[in-house]
Amino acid sequence: MMNSIKIKGLMATIASATILFSTLSANAADTGLPHPERHDYKSAGVFGKFDLPSLQRGLQIYQEVCAACHSLDLVAFRSLADLGYNEDEIKAIAIEYEYEIIDDEGDVQFRTGIPADYFPAPFANEQMARASNFGALPPDFSTLVKAREHLSFLPWSSVYGEDYIVALMMGYEEEAPEGVEMNEGLYFNHYFAGNQIAMAPPLFEEMVEYADGTSASIEQMSYDVANFMAWASDPTMQERKEMGLKVMLFMVVFVILLYFTNKRVWKKVKKGEDIDPANL
Amino acid sequence: MASENKFEPTNPAVKWVEDRLPIMGLIYSAVGAGYNVPRNLNYWWNFGVLAGFMMVVQIVTGIVLAMHYIPHIDLAFDSVQHIKRDVNYGWLIQAIHANGASMFFIAVYIHILRGFYFGSYKAPREILWFLGVIIYLIMMATGFMGYVLPWGQMSFWGAKVITNLFSAFDFIPIIGDGIVEWLWGGFAVDQPTLNRFYSLHYLLPFVLVGVVILHIWALHIPGSTNPLGIDAKGPHDKIPFHPYYTAKDAFGLGVFIMFFAAFVFYMPDFLGHPDNYIKANALVTPEHIVPEWYYLPFYAILRAIPDKLLGVVAMFSSILILFAMPWLDGARIRSMRFRPLSKFFFWLFVVNGLFLGYLGQIPTDQIVTMGIDALTFAQFATLFYFAYFIVIMPLVSRMETTKPVPVSIAAAVLDANKKKG
Repeated sequence: MMNSIKIKGLMATIASATILFSTLSANAADTGLPHPERHDYKSAGVFGKFDLPSLQRGLQIYQEVCAACHSLDLVAFRSLADLGYNEDEIKAIAIEYEYEIIDDEGDVQFRTGIPADYFPAPFANEQMARASNFGALPPDFSTLVKAREHLSFLPWSSVYGEDYIVALMMGYEEEAPEGVEMNEGLYFNHYFAGNQIAMAPPLFEEMVEYADGTSASIEQMSYDVANFMAWASDPTMQERKEMGLKVMLFMVVFVILLYFTNKRVWKKVKKGEDIDPANL
Repeated sequence: MASENKFEPTNPAVKWVEDRLPIMGLIYSAVGAGYNVPRNLNYWWNFGVLAGFMMVVQIVTGIVLAMHYIPHIDLAFDSVQHIKRDVNYGWLIQAIHANGASMFFIAVYIHILRGFYFGSYKAPREILWFLGVIIYLIMMATGFMGYVLPWGQMSFWGAKVITNLFSAFDFIPIIGDGIVEWLWGGFAVDQPTLNRFYSLHYLLPFVLVGVVILHIWALHIPGSTNPLGIDAKGPHDKIPFHPYYTAKDAFGLGVFIMFFAAFVFYMPDFLGHPDNYIKANALVTPEHIVPEWYYLPFYAILRAIPDKLLGVVAMFSSILILFAMPWLDGARIRSMRFRPLSKFFFWLFVVNGLFLGYLGQIPTDQIVTMGIDALTFAQFATLFYFAYFIVIMPLVSRMETTKPVPVSIAAAVLDANKKKG
């Protein structure tokens, strides 16, 4: 009786908490913008792995398209090993870039990049970036996918950063819908907060020639660059999930053992066999 | 079954040490076979140990993070990313620390509510309860300052909003106008603010350890309460902490670690805010500034009151009122198992708290349901929050008809077993 009341109270609390959090989740995504469509990623889920061919294509898109305006300050060439490149391939990628150094005479010289270098930024500073982009600042890509990821208690009302990137790339409209007053130099996009974005539609059909021969549709390029940006934001994802699996498997076995240990330790005491009723 | 065991080592080396510094005897009588505990504690009693475990986890991971973190406004954000990308297992240590704060609060919230339900704050455990409230306050300060350190957008703006609260005290003569500048170390949240928050975020956990030791000391004077709320009388009412509760706590800890690990390995950013992946920028205000989830109910109370000063006072009072609980509750019986009306209001209080938490993270003008906005709901919920302590608790505890209480813990155990057959 006593237990059943307690359980009922607890259940009522859990039920109301669930209702609260589900409305909470519905509201969390309520920004007046359409919900980005959920795509399939090899990196998703408990067993998620990096989609190496897609990441390599995404790197190509970044280098040939995005890097003209967007920096990737926190990613070093050496970490491209995650994308499946070997040491020589990484050296070959790094050598394409130039870095300023000060020589022994105090003069500025240039040297080619090495794997330990970071992707150089397209603009020397924020002012230059804004001046070249009609006053808008192209955001750095290093943590951008994570900064656009709005997780909620309900998976279907969560916004995943990769999906947002794909939706944004695909979400341009040549003509703003009727009644929308566009500011000069801005483009209409269904998924951008406020619907007016300073970035011109960056991708066009077949604008790059993929090294692996994949057909470069806008959708394919968006998907690949989203995968690449997701990796840049969370490069330890795969290591994290692989270790998580080991930890969980170990803990399941360990907790089962602890459960039976506890049960055995308590066996007599639980039943009150140690109590002498005459001595109460 | 309770033992009057003293620690009597047979090993001569251990005995030699023990004769000079009885530290092993201290541990033995604190969490070993020398500490006798009521035999009927349920799993809600695990959460004290879980909170203690989380404190140790936070300190250990925090010390390692401090070896790599740089408290500088231009470098802090990148240094956290450096930890996650380049430091060996830095991603793991950072995820444990960031999510560990939430786990610490989950454990402590359940621990506090367990105290509510089973009357753990009542005589003779008032000082034990006070120390608990102090621990909670230190945790809140530490958690807040820790959240500022990554120097993301939410760190910066959260710091700005919370420190600005103190401008409500500008009516105080002489010092009033300068409080906020004094807290900031300047005229804005800036380098001096980050530096002092880092210093204090490193210091306060050790103050916390000190208060936790006092908390455990105070616990050992009367001993633990129990779900029946009656004092342990005979030797059959108690059992030694070890092996019974070490085994039980180990199992509970295992389950809790799995819950913790699910966040660390599979959703490390779920409890955080995406805006904190954007570097702090004093010129760009985030659309909604929300604190970490564990402050949300209090943030809702703050916003529910239109007047700034009264809002701040209400927010602080909502926690400080816990100090008065031993006297607000006048019931002779501790456990709500025998106080049906109190129990009903307790669960209402819990639901109300969750509701306040929900209201704390949405804009105040958002319509929740039936055309009523979040502000109005928050005002009613705040009213109930305080009414629970000031009106409901004093009246109900003194007037309600209670159910019969068992004679002793052992008798209740035998009785329950008889019913089970």
